[in-house]
Amino acid sequence: MIGRREAIAEVLKDRPDNLLVISGLGSPTYDVAAAGDVAQNFYLWGAMGGAAAMGLGLAQARSDARVLVVTGDGEMLMGLGSLATLGAKAPANLAILVIDNEAFGETGGQTSHTGKTTNLAAVALACGFRQVATAHKQADVASVKQLVLEERGPVLGVIKTASDELPRVLPERDGHIIRNTFKTALTNQQ
Amino acid sequence: MRAEPFAFAAGDWRAEIFAALKKQQVRQMAYVPDAGHASLIRACHADGAIDCTVLTTEEEGVALLAGAELGGQRGVMLMQSSGVGNCVNMFSLLKSCGFPFVTLVTMRGEWGEFNPWQMPMGQATEETFKRSGFVVYRADTGEDAAAMTGSAMRLAYDSNCPVAVLLSQRLIGAKDF
Repeated sequence: MIGRREAIAEVLKDRPDNLLVISGLGSPTYDVAAAGDVAQNFYLWGAMGGAAAMGLGLAQARSDARVLVVTGDGEMLMGLGSLATLGAKAPANLAILVIDNEAFGETGGQTSHTGKTTNLAAVALACGFRQVATAHKQADVASVKQLVLEERGPVLGVIKTASDELPRVLPERDGHIIRNTFKTALTNQQ
Repeated sequence: MRAEPFAFAAGDWRAEIFAALKKQQVRQMAYVPDAGHASLIRACHADGAIDCTVLTTEEEGVALLAGAELGGQRGVMLMQSSGVGNCVNMFSLLKSCGFPFVTLVTMRGEWGEFNPWQMPMGQATEETFKRSGFVVYRADTGEDAAAMTGSAMRLAYDSNCPVAVLLSQRLIGAKDF
Protein backbone atom coordinates (compact mmCIF):
# COMPACT_ATOMS: atom_id res chain seq x y z
CA MET A 1 0.00 0.00 0.00
CA ILE A 2 1.19 3.50 -0.78
CA GLY A 3 1.69 5.85 2.19
CA ARG A 4 -0.29 9.01 1.42
CA ARG A 5 2.06 11.41 3.12
CA GLU A 6 5.14 9.98 1.44
CA ALA A 7 3.37 10.05 -1.92
CA ILE A 8 2.35 13.73 -1.61
CA ALA A 9 5.84 14.59 -0.38
CA GLU A 10 7.26 12.95 -3.51
CA VAL A 11 4.83 14.78 -5.83
CA LEU A 12 5.60 18.16 -4.23
CA LYS A 13 9.35 17.64 -3.78
CA ASP A 14 11.32 20.36 -5.64
CA ARG A 15 8.03 21.87 -6.79
CA PRO A 16 8.23 24.30 -9.71
CA ASP A 17 8.05 28.02 -8.89
CA ASN A 18 4.86 28.48 -10.87
CA LEU A 19 2.97 25.65 -9.13
CA LEU A 20 -0.15 26.68 -7.21
CA VAL A 21 -1.79 24.06 -5.00
CA ILE A 22 -5.35 23.94 -3.68
CA SER A 23 -5.96 21.22 -1.11
CA GLY A 24 -9.34 19.68 -0.34
CA LEU A 25 -10.56 19.59 3.24
CA GLY A 26 -9.41 16.92 5.67
CA SER A 27 -6.35 14.77 5.18
CA PRO A 28 -5.25 16.25 1.81
CA THR A 29 -4.85 19.62 3.55
CA TYR A 30 -2.70 17.95 6.23
CA ASP A 31 -0.70 16.03 3.61
CA VAL A 32 0.02 19.14 1.53
CA ALA A 33 1.01 21.15 4.62
CA ALA A 34 3.28 18.32 5.79
CA ALA A 35 5.07 18.37 2.44
CA GLY A 36 5.95 22.06 2.89
CA ASP A 37 3.82 24.89 4.26
CA VAL A 38 4.43 27.47 1.52
CA ALA A 39 2.50 30.58 0.50
CA GLN A 40 1.54 29.03 -2.86
CA ASN A 41 -0.75 26.55 -1.06
CA PHE A 42 -4.42 27.36 -0.55
CA TYR A 43 -5.79 25.12 2.18
CA LEU A 44 -9.50 24.35 2.24
CA TRP A 45 -11.01 23.48 5.60
CA GLY A 46 -14.56 23.28 4.30
CA ALA A 47 -16.44 23.98 1.05
CA MET A 48 -16.59 20.23 0.44
CA GLY A 49 -17.00 19.46 -3.25
CA GLY A 50 -15.58 22.79 -4.39
CA ALA A 51 -11.85 22.14 -4.71
CA ALA A 52 -11.79 21.21 -8.42
CA ALA A 53 -14.08 24.09 -9.43
CA MET A 54 -11.93 26.50 -7.42
CA GLY A 55 -8.90 25.15 -9.26
CA LEU A 56 -10.62 25.88 -12.58
CA GLY A 57 -11.30 29.50 -11.67
CA LEU A 58 -7.70 29.97 -10.59
CA ALA A 59 -6.29 28.19 -13.66
CA GLN A 60 -8.41 30.37 -15.95
CA ALA A 61 -7.22 33.52 -14.19
CA ARG A 62 -3.55 32.51 -14.23
CA SER A 63 -2.56 30.91 -17.51
CA ASP A 64 1.10 31.45 -16.50
CA ALA A 65 0.74 29.07 -13.54
CA ARG A 66 0.28 25.33 -13.18
CA VAL A 67 -2.65 24.64 -10.84
CA LEU A 68 -2.77 21.37 -8.92
CA VAL A 69 -5.80 20.41 -6.86
CA VAL A 70 -4.95 17.76 -4.26
CA THR A 71 -8.06 16.26 -2.77
CA GLY A 72 -9.61 13.10 -1.34
CA ASP A 73 -12.06 10.66 -2.84
CA GLY A 74 -14.92 11.88 -0.63
CA GLU A 75 -14.38 15.53 -1.56
CA MET A 76 -14.09 14.67 -5.25
CA LEU A 77 -17.23 12.56 -5.15
CA MET A 78 -19.19 15.47 -3.68
CA GLY A 79 -18.08 17.60 -6.63
CA LEU A 80 -18.36 14.90 -9.28
CA GLY A 81 -20.25 17.26 -11.58
CA SER A 82 -17.27 19.61 -11.59
CA LEU A 83 -15.31 16.99 -13.53
CA ALA A 84 -17.84 17.50 -16.35
CA THR A 85 -17.37 21.27 -16.06
CA LEU A 86 -13.58 20.91 -16.18
CA GLY A 87 -13.73 18.53 -19.12
CA ALA A 88 -15.91 20.98 -21.04
CA LYS A 89 -13.54 23.91 -20.41
CA ALA A 90 -10.38 21.84 -20.91
CA PRO A 91 -7.91 24.10 -19.05
CA ALA A 92 -4.41 23.15 -20.23
CA ASN A 93 -2.80 24.23 -16.93
CA LEU A 94 -5.01 22.32 -14.47
CA ALA A 95 -4.40 18.95 -12.82
CA ILE A 96 -6.36 17.06 -10.19
CA LEU A 97 -4.71 14.58 -7.84
CA VAL A 98 -7.03 12.37 -5.82
CA ILE A 99 -5.67 10.68 -2.72
CA ASP A 100 -8.04 7.75 -2.78
CA ASN A 101 -8.27 5.74 0.45
CA GLU A 102 -11.73 4.48 -0.55
CA ALA A 103 -13.10 5.80 2.72
CA PHE A 104 -14.44 8.84 4.54
CA GLY A 105 -11.37 9.04 6.75
CA GLU A 106 -12.34 12.04 8.86
CA THR A 107 -15.63 10.62 9.99
CA GLY A 108 -14.86 7.09 11.05
CA GLY A 109 -13.54 5.46 7.91
CA GLN A 110 -16.86 4.55 6.31
CA THR A 111 -16.36 2.95 2.88
CA SER A 112 -16.80 5.46 0.06
CA HIS A 113 -18.11 4.89 -3.46
CA THR A 114 -14.56 4.36 -4.76
CA GLY A 115 -14.31 1.43 -2.36
CA LYS A 116 -17.35 -0.04 -4.03
CA THR A 117 -17.95 0.72 -7.69
CA THR A 118 -16.78 4.20 -8.73
CA ASN A 119 -13.55 4.69 -10.69
CA LEU A 120 -12.72 8.41 -10.58
CA ALA A 121 -10.06 8.19 -13.30
CA ALA A 122 -12.58 6.58 -15.64
CA VAL A 123 -15.16 9.25 -14.77
CA ALA A 124 -12.65 12.01 -15.58
CA LEU A 125 -11.75 10.37 -18.89
CA ALA A 126 -15.44 10.09 -19.79
CA CYS A 127 -15.80 13.81 -18.99
CA GLY A 128 -13.14 14.71 -21.55
CA PHE A 129 -9.94 14.88 -19.48
CA ARG A 130 -6.90 14.50 -21.74
CA GLN A 131 -5.10 11.91 -19.62
CA VAL A 132 -5.56 10.02 -16.38
CA ALA A 133 -3.35 7.65 -14.39
CA THR A 134 -3.73 5.58 -11.24
CA ALA A 135 -0.96 4.57 -8.86
CA HIS A 136 -1.52 1.30 -6.99
CA LYS A 137 2.03 0.89 -5.71
CA GLN A 138 4.86 3.22 -4.68
CA ALA A 139 6.72 2.70 -7.96
CA ASP A 140 3.73 4.19 -9.87
CA VAL A 141 3.87 7.51 -8.00
CA ALA A 142 6.64 8.96 -10.20
CA SER A 143 4.55 8.61 -13.34
CA VAL A 144 1.51 10.16 -11.63
CA LYS A 145 3.76 13.04 -10.55
CA GLN A 146 4.91 13.52 -14.12
CA LEU A 147 1.29 13.50 -15.31
CA VAL A 148 -0.04 16.07 -12.85
CA LEU A 149 2.93 18.44 -13.06
CA GLU A 150 3.87 18.32 -16.71
CA GLU A 151 1.24 16.95 -19.07
CA ARG A 152 -1.23 19.18 -20.87
CA GLY A 153 -4.41 19.45 -18.83
CA PRO A 154 -6.95 18.75 -17.80
CA VAL A 155 -5.42 15.63 -16.30
CA LEU A 156 -6.36 13.58 -13.25
CA GLY A 157 -4.16 11.31 -11.21
CA VAL A 158 -5.34 8.89 -8.55
CA ILE A 159 -3.11 7.56 -5.79
CA LYS A 160 -4.65 4.54 -4.11
CA THR A 161 -3.60 4.67 -0.50
CA ALA A 162 -4.13 3.01 2.87
CA SER A 163 -7.02 4.24 4.99
CA ASP A 164 -5.04 4.46 8.23
CA GLU A 165 -5.16 7.70 10.18
CA LEU A 166 -1.94 9.70 10.43
CA PRO A 167 -1.00 12.44 12.88
CA ARG A 168 -2.60 15.68 11.75
CA VAL A 169 -0.41 18.46 10.43
CA LEU A 170 -2.47 21.59 10.88
CA PRO A 171 -1.64 24.66 8.79
CA GLU A 172 -3.30 28.09 9.15
CA ARG A 173 -7.06 27.80 9.64
CA ASP A 174 -8.14 31.43 9.28
CA GLY A 175 -9.42 31.73 5.71
CA HIS A 176 -8.69 35.45 5.50
CA ILE A 177 -5.04 34.83 6.33
CA ILE A 178 -4.81 31.89 3.91
CA ARG A 179 -6.31 34.01 1.12
CA ASN A 180 -4.12 37.03 1.78
CA THR A 181 -0.96 34.95 2.08
CA PHE A 182 -1.69 33.23 -1.22
CA LYS A 183 -2.61 36.44 -3.06
CA THR A 184 0.46 38.25 -1.75
CA ALA A 185 2.69 35.43 -2.96
CA LEU A 186 1.08 35.64 -6.41
CA THR A 187 1.50 39.41 -6.56
CA ASN A 188 5.15 39.16 -5.60
CA GLN A 189 5.71 36.55 -8.29
CA GLN A 190 4.40 38.76 -11.11
CA MET B 1 -14.73 27.79 -29.18
CA ARG B 2 -15.23 30.64 -31.62
CA ALA B 3 -17.64 33.25 -30.30
CA GLU B 4 -20.74 34.08 -32.34
CA PRO B 5 -21.26 37.82 -32.84
CA PHE B 6 -24.16 39.09 -30.78
CA ALA B 7 -26.26 42.21 -30.48
CA PHE B 8 -29.00 42.83 -27.90
CA ALA B 9 -32.52 43.41 -29.23
CA ALA B 10 -33.72 47.02 -28.97
CA GLY B 11 -35.13 47.67 -25.50
CA ASP B 12 -33.43 44.64 -23.86
CA TRP B 13 -32.39 46.01 -20.44
CA ARG B 14 -29.73 43.29 -20.13
CA ALA B 15 -27.63 45.43 -22.49
CA GLU B 16 -27.16 47.87 -19.60
CA ILE B 17 -26.28 45.06 -17.19
CA PHE B 18 -23.69 43.84 -19.68
CA ALA B 19 -22.26 47.36 -19.99
CA ALA B 20 -21.99 47.55 -16.20
CA LEU B 21 -20.14 44.21 -16.08
CA LYS B 22 -17.73 45.39 -18.77
CA LYS B 23 -17.16 48.69 -16.98
CA GLN B 24 -16.28 46.74 -13.84
CA GLN B 25 -13.82 44.60 -15.79
CA VAL B 26 -15.49 41.26 -15.23
CA ARG B 27 -13.27 38.54 -16.72
CA GLN B 28 -15.07 35.34 -15.73
CA MET B 29 -18.77 34.54 -15.93
CA ALA B 30 -20.18 31.30 -14.56
CA TYR B 31 -23.75 30.20 -15.10
CA VAL B 32 -26.51 27.68 -14.90
CA PRO B 33 -28.76 28.78 -17.74
CA ASP B 34 -32.08 30.54 -17.31
CA ALA B 35 -34.32 31.96 -20.04
CA GLY B 36 -34.27 35.31 -18.26
CA HIS B 37 -30.48 35.46 -18.60
CA ALA B 38 -30.33 34.11 -22.17
CA SER B 39 -29.34 37.32 -23.97
CA LEU B 40 -26.81 38.26 -21.29
CA ILE B 41 -25.24 34.79 -21.50
CA ARG B 42 -24.97 35.10 -25.28
CA ALA B 43 -23.41 38.55 -24.96
CA CYS B 44 -20.79 37.26 -22.52
CA HIS B 45 -19.95 34.32 -24.79
CA ALA B 46 -19.53 36.73 -27.70
CA ASP B 47 -17.14 38.93 -25.70
CA GLY B 48 -13.52 38.00 -26.22
CA ALA B 49 -12.43 39.19 -22.76
CA ILE B 50 -14.97 37.26 -20.68
CA ASP B 51 -14.28 33.58 -19.99
CA CYS B 52 -17.64 31.81 -19.66
CA THR B 53 -18.10 28.56 -17.74
CA VAL B 54 -21.31 26.56 -17.82
CA LEU B 55 -21.81 24.70 -14.53
CA THR B 56 -23.50 21.43 -13.65
CA THR B 57 -24.73 22.94 -10.37
CA GLU B 58 -24.60 26.45 -8.95
CA GLU B 59 -22.30 25.69 -6.02
CA GLU B 60 -19.48 25.06 -8.50
CA GLY B 61 -19.78 28.72 -9.51
CA VAL B 62 -19.18 29.93 -5.96
CA ALA B 63 -15.93 27.96 -5.74
CA LEU B 64 -14.94 28.83 -9.32
CA LEU B 65 -15.24 32.58 -8.80
CA ALA B 66 -13.37 32.33 -5.50
CA GLY B 67 -10.55 30.69 -7.46
CA ALA B 68 -10.73 33.42 -10.09
CA GLU B 69 -10.43 36.07 -7.39
CA LEU B 70 -7.38 34.33 -5.93
CA GLY B 71 -5.85 34.69 -9.37
CA GLY B 72 -6.80 38.36 -9.59
CA GLN B 73 -9.85 38.24 -11.87
CA ARG B 74 -13.32 39.60 -11.21
CA GLY B 75 -16.31 37.41 -11.88
CA VAL B 76 -20.08 37.16 -11.83
CA MET B 77 -22.47 34.21 -11.57
CA LEU B 78 -25.81 34.08 -13.36
CA MET B 79 -28.41 31.72 -11.98
CA GLN B 80 -32.09 31.23 -11.26
CA SER B 81 -33.59 31.43 -7.77
CA SER B 82 -34.00 27.64 -7.64
CA GLY B 83 -30.21 27.35 -7.70
CA VAL B 84 -29.60 29.47 -4.62
CA GLY B 85 -30.36 26.63 -2.23
CA ASN B 86 -27.80 24.46 -3.99
CA CYS B 87 -25.08 26.89 -2.88
CA VAL B 88 -25.67 27.25 0.83
CA ASN B 89 -22.71 25.37 2.29
CA MET B 90 -20.39 26.66 -0.46
CA PHE B 91 -21.27 30.22 0.58
CA SER B 92 -19.23 29.50 3.74
CA LEU B 93 -16.13 29.72 1.53
CA LEU B 94 -16.95 33.38 0.86
CA LYS B 95 -17.57 34.24 4.48
CA SER B 96 -14.64 32.23 5.86
CA CYS B 97 -12.10 33.86 3.55
CA GLY B 98 -13.64 37.27 2.81
CA PHE B 99 -14.03 36.60 -0.90
CA PRO B 100 -15.88 39.19 -2.96
CA PHE B 101 -18.74 37.63 -4.94
CA VAL B 102 -21.54 38.88 -7.18
CA THR B 103 -24.48 36.92 -8.50
CA LEU B 104 -27.42 38.02 -10.63
CA VAL B 105 -30.48 35.91 -9.90
CA THR B 106 -33.57 35.63 -12.07
CA MET B 107 -36.53 35.11 -9.77
CA ARG B 108 -39.16 32.40 -10.01
CA GLY B 109 -41.85 31.55 -7.54
CA GLU B 110 -43.14 35.03 -6.88
CA TRP B 111 -44.97 37.09 -9.54
CA GLY B 112 -47.64 35.13 -11.40
CA GLU B 113 -45.78 31.84 -11.04
CA PHE B 114 -47.31 28.97 -13.00
CA ASN B 115 -45.26 26.12 -11.52
CA PRO B 116 -45.90 25.35 -7.85
CA TRP B 117 -42.54 23.56 -7.59
CA GLN B 118 -40.82 26.94 -8.00
CA MET B 119 -42.56 28.47 -5.00
CA PRO B 120 -40.58 27.07 -2.01
CA MET B 121 -37.12 28.17 -3.19
CA GLY B 122 -38.36 31.36 -4.78
CA GLN B 123 -39.95 32.47 -1.54
CA ALA B 124 -36.86 31.48 0.47
CA THR B 125 -34.28 33.09 -1.84
CA GLU B 126 -33.88 36.49 -0.23
CA GLU B 127 -33.74 35.13 3.31
CA THR B 128 -31.27 32.43 2.28
CA PHE B 129 -28.90 35.04 0.92
CA LYS B 130 -29.27 37.27 3.97
CA ARG B 131 -28.64 34.44 6.38
CA SER B 132 -25.54 33.54 4.35
CA GLY B 133 -24.14 37.04 4.86
CA PHE B 134 -25.05 38.61 1.52
CA VAL B 135 -26.07 42.16 0.74
CA VAL B 136 -29.26 41.74 -1.30
CA TYR B 137 -30.65 44.10 -3.95
CA ARG B 138 -33.98 43.59 -5.68
CA ALA B 139 -34.57 45.11 -9.11
CA ASP B 140 -38.07 45.71 -10.43
CA THR B 141 -36.99 47.78 -13.44
CA GLY B 142 -34.27 47.35 -16.06
CA GLU B 143 -32.74 50.67 -15.05
CA ASP B 144 -32.43 49.52 -11.44
CA ALA B 145 -30.97 46.18 -12.53
CA ALA B 146 -28.07 47.85 -14.34
CA ALA B 147 -27.40 50.38 -11.56
CA MET B 148 -27.54 47.67 -8.91
CA THR B 149 -25.16 45.47 -10.89
CA GLY B 150 -22.59 48.26 -10.99
CA SER B 151 -23.05 48.98 -7.30
CA ALA B 152 -22.87 45.27 -6.44
CA MET B 153 -19.53 44.95 -8.22
CA ARG B 154 -18.13 47.88 -6.29
CA LEU B 155 -19.45 46.65 -2.95
CA ALA B 156 -18.04 43.21 -3.57
CA TYR B 157 -14.63 44.05 -4.99
CA ASP B 158 -13.93 47.25 -3.06
CA SER B 159 -15.56 46.25 0.23
CA ASN B 160 -15.01 42.47 0.10
CA CYS B 161 -18.53 41.18 0.53
CA PRO B 162 -20.90 38.90 -1.30
CA VAL B 163 -23.78 40.62 -3.10
CA ALA B 164 -26.88 39.23 -4.82
CA VAL B 165 -29.00 41.18 -7.28
CA LEU B 166 -32.46 39.66 -7.57
CA LEU B 167 -34.12 40.34 -10.92
CA SER B 168 -37.77 40.13 -10.02
CA GLN B 169 -40.18 37.91 -11.85
CA ARG B 170 -42.32 40.97 -12.52
CA LEU B 171 -39.38 42.50 -14.39
CA ILE B 172 -38.51 39.36 -16.32
CA GLY B 173 -42.09 38.39 -17.03
CA ALA B 174 -43.86 35.33 -15.67
CA LYS B 175 -43.29 32.28 -17.85
CA ASP B 176 -46.26 31.18 -19.95
CA PHE B 177 -46.81 27.54 -20.86
